[in-house]
Amino acid sequence: MSQPKITPSTNLTKPKLDLSSYGPFIGLILLCVIGAILNRDFASWGNISNVLTRTSLVGIIAIGATFIIISGGIDLSVGSLIALQAGVMILVLNAVFGTLGASFATILIGIVTALAVGFVAGLLHGFLITKGRIEAFIVTLGTAAIYRAVLTQLAQGGTITFTDPKLSSLFEPLYYGTPLGIPVPILVFLAMALIAGLLLNQTTFGRYVQAIGSNEQVSRYAAINVDAVKIWAFVFQALCVSIATILYVPRLGSASNGTGLGWELEAIAAVIIGGTALKGGSGKIFGTVVGSILLATIGNVLNITSLISEYLNPAVQGVVVIVVAFLQRNRK
Amino acid sequence: MAFLEFVDVIKEYGAVRVLHGVNLAIEHGEVHALIGENGAGKSTLMKILAGFVAPTSGEVKLESRRLQFSSNTDAERAGIVLIHQEFNLIEDLSIAQNIFLGRELKRGVLLNTQHMNLEAAKALARVGLQLDPRTLVRDLIVPHKQMLEIAKALSRDAKILVMDEPTATLTPVETDVLFEIIAGLKASGVTVVYISHKLDEVKRISDRVSVLRDGHLITTRETASTTQHEMASLMVGRDLEDMYPAKSIPSRKASDVVLELQHFSVPGWAQDIGFGLYRGEILGFGGLVGAGRTELFEALLGLRPRSSGTVLRHGRPIQIHNPRDAAKAGLVYLSEDRKGKGLLVDFLLFQNLTLSNLSSYAKPLLNQNAEQRALEKARDEYGIRTGNLAVAAKMLSGGNQQKLSLAKIMQLEPEVVILDEPTRGVDVGAKREIYFLMSALAAAGKSVIVISSELPELLGVSHRLIVMRQGQIAGVLEAEHLNEQEVIQYATGLKSNLGQHNPVNA
Repeated sequence: MSQPKITPSTNLTKPKLDLSSYGPFIGLILLCVIGAILNRDFASWGNISNVLTRTSLVGIIAIGATFIIISGGIDLSVGSLIALQAGVMILVLNAVFGTLGASFATILIGIVTALAVGFVAGLLHGFLITKGRIEAFIVTLGTAAIYRAVLTQLAQGGTITFTDPKLSSLFEPLYYGTPLGIPVPILVFLAMALIAGLLLNQTTFGRYVQAIGSNEQVSRYAAINVDAVKIWAFVFQALCVSIATILYVPRLGSASNGTGLGWELEAIAAVIIGGTALKGGSGKIFGTVVGSILLATIGNVLNITSLISEYLNPAVQGVVVIVVAFLQRNRK
Repeated sequence: MAFLEFVDVIKEYGAVRVLHGVNLAIEHGEVHALIGENGAGKSTLMKILAGFVAPTSGEVKLESRRLQFSSNTDAERAGIVLIHQEFNLIEDLSIAQNIFLGRELKRGVLLNTQHMNLEAAKALARVGLQLDPRTLVRDLIVPHKQMLEIAKALSRDAKILVMDEPTATLTPVETDVLFEIIAGLKASGVTVVYISHKLDEVKRISDRVSVLRDGHLITTRETASTTQHEMASLMVGRDLEDMYPAKSIPSRKASDVVLELQHFSVPGWAQDIGFGLYRGEILGFGGLVGAGRTELFEALLGLRPRSSGTVLRHGRPIQIHNPRDAAKAGLVYLSEDRKGKGLLVDFLLFQNLTLSNLSSYAKPLLNQNAEQRALEKARDEYGIRTGNLAVAAKMLSGGNQQKLSLAKIMQLEPEVVILDEPTRGVDVGAKREIYFLMSALAAAGKSVIVISSELPELLGVSHRLIVMRQGQIAGVLEAEHLNEQEVIQYATGLKSNLGQHNPVNA
């Protein structure tokens, strides 16, 4: 009941250096220094741009996951969704390529397909969770299995690929292009991060997402349309996956049962490392960006320095996630 | 040498000193009341006694021996039990499982459930509860939970029992039971420290009363020779003016009815409720805890299902499915549960203030400067006192949190303001400010419904008072007939003036 009286003082008005928000950033810098010392190639532009490009796909998904986790939810289906979207996108492109050829319309249809599948999946998640009143954990665990199984069925247990090599070359610039010398995925990642930061901190939607994660009851009583906000958060997450798909398909030109395997954990790990609390309420897009780069960099440093077998990469990421969660356990 | 002694107790949280060298002596077997406004340091002092926090300096002595607890468990072992204002019960466990939590009775390695249930039943009987000890705490009503907390403390063989606002959720009858228990404890040599905002209770139950203000012990006096008015003045440190604003009863023409409920029912809580609310009126809702008042209004706002009923705004039927519909119709509701349903305690003040009408600050990006200005305006209008506006809501005292909550719902510019227990956990000074704010709202043509379990407050502010009992309206009292005895008679079923049904006048 009796809270200590707050005496006005100057140090309260200035935000203190918050280790939890700069911690991952400092970690990343330390890691880069270590990497650069152990292997001179680490700091080369080629390696850096390679790491960042690979980070981008999971990073874009993690940006969506930041919203979901801040709102107090979780989405375990993103890895399966990217596989399904990639498969469907390739199948649709194969079907229309005969008539449309290597045209702008073909590219547009590919993009729209990925976005459409994402939109529907996001709506499905949102409605099942809000109107169906099922835990997000259960809903997305279920749809994860469904999406991957449907993809495997579509691929008849094998791999879905572009039937015409011209399709690959048509889409290649979307992943391999380097306007201004920077790979497209990095630019898209950057743009998505900026948009998401604006969305989270400067719009009603972002404020509501945080409010719902902080206390759903209070939000409901404050006349917020909680269900709608949650549904849109899941749609946003799924659309982030769509954008990752649009970048992923040109990279390999194929989709199989193994596509996006384990990405949901990487995305969630990036969010947690970035300082967003799993229990929701608050978080930072910048943190998520740093978190995803940190995860990818760890793998890269281990690989190029051959400190550890690359088979054990995921294990190292697992350790990092647990350590970060341990460090954050006393917050809030 | 006193039984229990606080010697120069200082407590600092960072740079903030909340206790400034408190010296307090409590005698063996007395009921010692501790009063003070929110933030005066009462809870901190008691948390030090019960081992939850360590003092920065100074010491606590029990029978001249210095107490040094590393945890609350240590303190309980020494016979010092603190009953928190907020419940410390596990909802999914049974009454017996809660009572014996952490010190389960065993037979070998297995739990002796039968023995625990038997002992729990005895503990319940001591506080006058006739409940099956196997009942889940989840299924208990709030006053029973409070009594269970007390039963749990008693079963721990307390030598010193500290109660923090134990009657906040109790009905008058249960309060009587509690006071009998306290008297019994005193007779058997237990020392009781009683923290309360309700000065009438302090007057009734305590032997001596100590007043804390801003972390200083102001005085300790014999209760018998101190009036309630003196206590209140000592708490705030100045003479109190009139507690309640003057009433100006508005006109009650049929055209002045802004809201009317007809045959409104909430399954399990309220049956066939009908009443009208006039422009500029403060309509009180009294009754015992569990009479269905909160549930009635939560259902009106679409926050819980209702089975039937018509809601008229200015004579026209409206549909309200959720608080958004209500806000559009000019109705807002302030929940009794400030932390659970009212404020985002981890959010900044301005974020709380603008939460309900955030879209008016989005163009389309949020204009945080405008939000900040709105907060400054609200601070001045509602008298929200804080040294720093850039803090989380949890840093405010209870009274200031409540003023922020009020300012928040008023952001929607409603015509009908429903306030549920608006002064719960709020100190005397802030209470008075809230009463005057309510009066100002009514004077400005808004209609105010106030639900309260504190009779003096209901009588003090209401123009008209509806008393509910077991989900039904038991009586409607005009301001000039308002007196406590009458209200209690309606609330407990001794009296009823509603044989006939007349919604508007009801």
